[in-house]
Amino acid sequence: MDMFLQQLLNALSLGGTYALLALGLAVVFSIIGLINFAHGELMTVTGYAVCFALIWGLPFPLAVIAGLVVATAAAFLMERIAFRPVRGASATTLLLTSFAVSAILRVLFQNLISARPIPVSIPSSLSGVITIGPLHLGMIQLGSIIVTLAILLGLNLFLHRTMAGRAMRAAAEDFAVLRLMGLRANSVVASAFAISGLLAGVAGILWVAQRGSVDPLMGALPILKAFIAAIIGGLGSLSGAVAGGFLLGFIEVTLQAYLPESLLPYRDAFALFLVISVLLFRPQGLLARKTLVKL
Amino acid sequence: MTTRDEPLLSIEGLTVSYGAIEAVRDIDLTVRRGEIVTLLGANGAGKSSTLNALVGLAPRKARRMIFDGTDLAGLVPETIVRRGMTLVPEGRRVFASLTVEENLMLGGAVHGARGNPAAVKADMLELFPILAERLHQKAGSLSGGEQQMLSIARALMSSPDLLLLDEPSLGLAPQVVDRIFDLIGDLRARGLTILLVEQNVTQSLEIADRGYVLANGRIELQGSAAELRSSPAIQDAYLGA
Repeated sequence: MDMFLQQLLNALSLGGTYALLALGLAVVFSIIGLINFAHGELMTVTGYAVCFALIWGLPFPLAVIAGLVVATAAAFLMERIAFRPVRGASATTLLLTSFAVSAILRVLFQNLISARPIPVSIPSSLSGVITIGPLHLGMIQLGSIIVTLAILLGLNLFLHRTMAGRAMRAAAEDFAVLRLMGLRANSVVASAFAISGLLAGVAGILWVAQRGSVDPLMGALPILKAFIAAIIGGLGSLSGAVAGGFLLGFIEVTLQAYLPESLLPYRDAFALFLVISVLLFRPQGLLARKTLVKL
Repeated sequence: MTTRDEPLLSIEGLTVSYGAIEAVRDIDLTVRRGEIVTLLGANGAGKSSTLNALVGLAPRKARRMIFDGTDLAGLVPETIVRRGMTLVPEGRRVFASLTVEENLMLGGAVHGARGNPAAVKADMLELFPILAERLHQKAGSLSGGEQQMLSIARALMSSPDLLLLDEPSLGLAPQVVDRIFDLIGDLRARGLTILLVEQNVTQSLEIADRGYVLANGRIELQGSAAELRSSPAIQDAYLGA
């Protein structure tokens, strides 16, 4: 039972990061039909921003804020420079554009910063372990669960209580009609990207905090996981992305804990096998809903 | 600003093309203040394309496209709607996962300059009591007729001068259709100008002042509602007389 609780907390922590990333993908996909594979590079940008802010001598909380600001701004610029010119183009064009953005950013990181991982000095206060009865919980892990839940709650309030949030939900259903309400398409898309950037920023900080370094390809693995999570949940569904993220985290942690040691190298294969099984029975994803992509 | 005599909407040489396909070819169209003008024609004649082009949702070219003194050329839908012309799209297209109230709020979100949103909303709920009853329900849970009411109310939240209605009676039960047509009459009585696209030719020509008949993207026939009602072409093609 204790083992189970411990693993559940691990799953919440890992799944939460996947959920934030998948949510960032889903927010953009639900509105303009783009699967942004450069989303992972937003994490990397965040990592570098935090890293350089710390090297520059900023205290950790300020470095975190700098990371989030840079992530949001980078997402905003990505939309403005790369995706706005191809808005409304075919899904393939959008997808290839996002691959191009991702590849260009990786090369820039490698050439302008470093091809090697750069260590990020996380304050020692964050590396402690809290013991509650039989449970051992890392501060960072605990923090990531709390931060994830706070972000999910905040996003939910934003989507349901503010006009910009309602406009984004409406845009996900029927963009053309939203424009008939007089709401500017460009502002709605820009705010969707800004939110996805913020989500990638939070996920990036959690990722870096657990690993203690940044490298140019840092975003590659998590974005793949987030993509899988978003697919499990049903692309375009925000609650689906969150559910998919937690489910994937849960599957991975459970396999890690209970697979016999000789099978552990195949953990990801087992995880993907389970994902495929889910999709065999619900090919549209767990919480899919119809998305209209019209401009 | 235009004077009372000038048409509210004046279109010359409007062409709507999707790639190589011309849905609407070189049509002229005029709507004067306070009128109900109806646009009739078979499926695929170009009626919806015309309305979509007017609000900037369909690719369009025109020699002249003036609404209330504003040249519509190159304007995006959000700007056109802010100037006072809006469309109730075919198939209602309410935001199904949002509540009735949220649909109305979005309708009035950016139109503070044209009317006080709270007052307009109160007015809409008086005009459509059923929406007041269903205010906190998801729009997707409403019946077809209720969704049509919501779609119209949502468009009216922008306090438009000209309302474009695309097939408001489509797929509705006969008594609901009657209510929609009564409502269109009420809206005109409040001073709204209406351009109505309909398949229901009889009822449209009863309520309209003038009409145009589109066929294959061109205007085939136009005139006062009375003239069109007695025209042999209309009688044969639509009224089954």
